[in-house]
Amino acid sequence: MLTPAARMDGAMTHIRSRFAWVLVTACLAAAATAAAQAPVKPGVLRLATTTSTDDSGLLRAILPAFEKLCACRVDVIAVGTGQALEIGRRGDADVVLTHAYQSELKFIAEHHARERFDVMYNDFVVVGPAADPAKIASRRSAREAFAAIAAAKAPFASRGDNSGTETAEMAIWASADLKPAGAWYRSLGQGMGETLIVANEQRAYTLSDRGTWLAMRDKLPNLRLLLGGRSIAENPDFALRNRYGVMAVDPRVHPGVNAEAARKFVEWLVSPETQRVIAAFGMTRFGQPLFYPDSDRWKASQVPAR
Amino acid sequence: MSQLLTEFRRPELLQIVALTLRVTGAALLLATVAGVPIGALLGLVRFRGQRLVTLVLYTGMGLPPVVVGLFVYLSLSSSGPLGVLGWLFTPTAMIVAQAIIAFPLVAGLTMSAVAGVDRAVRQQVFALGASRWQSAWTVLLEARVGVTAAIVAAFGGIISEVGAVMLVGGNIEGQTRVLTTAIVLYTRQGEFALAMALGVVLIAVAFGANVLLLRLQGRLRDQ
Repeated sequence: MLTPAARMDGAMTHIRSRFAWVLVTACLAAAATAAAQAPVKPGVLRLATTTSTDDSGLLRAILPAFEKLCACRVDVIAVGTGQALEIGRRGDADVVLTHAYQSELKFIAEHHARERFDVMYNDFVVVGPAADPAKIASRRSAREAFAAIAAAKAPFASRGDNSGTETAEMAIWASADLKPAGAWYRSLGQGMGETLIVANEQRAYTLSDRGTWLAMRDKLPNLRLLLGGRSIAENPDFALRNRYGVMAVDPRVHPGVNAEAARKFVEWLVSPETQRVIAAFGMTRFGQPLFYPDSDRWKASQVPAR
Repeated sequence: MSQLLTEFRRPELLQIVALTLRVTGAALLLATVAGVPIGALLGLVRFRGQRLVTLVLYTGMGLPPVVVGLFVYLSLSSSGPLGVLGWLFTPTAMIVAQAIIAFPLVAGLTMSAVAGVDRAVRQQVFALGASRWQSAWTVLLEARVGVTAAIVAAFGGIISEVGAVMLVGGNIEGQTRVLTTAIVLYTRQGEFALAMALGVVLIAVAFGANVLLLRLQGRLRDQ
C-alpha cells in the first residue's frame, strides 16, 4: 500500500519523464530537419521575373527544355518588376526577365548588367465595367480613354506596386497630363490577378496585360475589354505595347552570381528555336499567342534569305 | 465541391504540405529551444531592466512578419552581411524568419506562465533542498500548461504566416512553396477552388498539430 505522498511522488516522476521525452523527441526532429537542408548553388539558375510570365504558364511551358540543356535547375522568383529588378540589383538573382524598359535601362546604367536583350512583347488592354460609365469603348488611344475616365471620376483600380504594368499606366497618365488622385482612383499595391478581381468586384476600370486578362476573364463576369481589340494586331494604340527584356546580372559587380548559366539562359531565350516556342504558347488555349517573339536573332531569322 | 475534391489529388500538394511542416516544425523547435529557457529565466529571476526586456518581448509578439522577412532578406542577401551563407530563397531562410517571429511568442508567454506559478511552490521546492536547476525545472513543470499554450500560439502564428516566407523563400515551385504562399499564388491567378482547397488543407494540418499538442497538455494536466 502506497502512502498518498509516495503516490504523488510517483505521478510527478511520470510527468517529469514524459515532459523530458517530449523535449528530446522535438530536438531529434529538429536535428533531422536541419540535416535535410542541402546547400545548393552551382546547378541552380535564379531567375527573377514578373508575375505575368509565371502566372500565364509561359515559364512552365518553356523552362524544362532549358533545364535539360544546361543540366541545371531554374528557380523562378515571380514578383513585380520593381522587386525583380531590386533582387537583381542586390545580386540575389542571376538573370532578370522584366517588362519596364526605362527601369531596365537604368539597371544597366547602374552597372548591374552589361546588356539588355529584347525577348518578346505583348500588349496592354483597358478593361472596365460592362456599363462603361466613362464611355471609353469608342476611344482609339489609352491617353484619351484615361482622360475620359478621369473626367467622369469613374472608379479605376491601379496596381500601385511599382510593377511594369503600373509603370506603363503611369506613363499613360503622364501623356494625358493627368495626375490621378481622388476617391475614384484606387491604388491597390497588388498583383495583376488581384487587381482584376478587385476591378471586377468594384466595377472599376483597370489596365491589364492581355495575357492575364485572357487567362482570367472567365472569372471576371462584370468586366469587358473596352480598348485594345481582340488581338494585338487589332490594338489601335501602339503606346499599349508591352516589351519584355532579359538581362544577365554582371558578375564583375556581383561576384556571387551564376554567370555561366545566366549567359546560357539569355542565349537560349533569344534563340530562334525558343522564340518559336514562345510564339506558339497560348494558341491552343486562347486561340492567339500571349507573347510575340521579339529578339534580334528571331527577327533576323524571319527575313527571307536573299 | 467535386472540383474541390479533385484539387486534393494534385501531386504537388503532398510536397507543399511536407515542406510547410518541415519549415514550421524546425522554426518552432528553434524558437522553443531558445524561447522556453529564456522565458523561464525571465519569469524566475528579478533583475534591473526587467520591465524593458518584458516590453521588448511583448512588442516582438506584435512584430509584422513582413518586417521580419525584410530584415532576414536584407541580412541574407548577397549584398547583406550573411550573404556568404547562400541561404536566401531556400527553406533555411524561411526557417530563420519563422523562428524569429515565433521566438517572442514562446519566450513571452513562457515568462508569463512561469511568473504565474505560486510563489509558495517555489519556496517549498527550495526548502526541500532542491538545487537551483532542480527548482527551475519543477517550476517549469508547474507551468507546463502555459508553456504548451505558448508553443501552440507560436505554431499558429507561423504556420499561417505568409509575408515573411514569401519574401525570403521566393515561393519557388518545388523548392520553397509552402501552403500559405501557394494560396496567395493561386488566388492571384484566380484559381479560387485550388486556393480554397489549400486553405482547407492548412486548417486540417493546423488542427491535427493542435490536437497532438493539446492531448499532450491534457495528459500532463490530468496527471
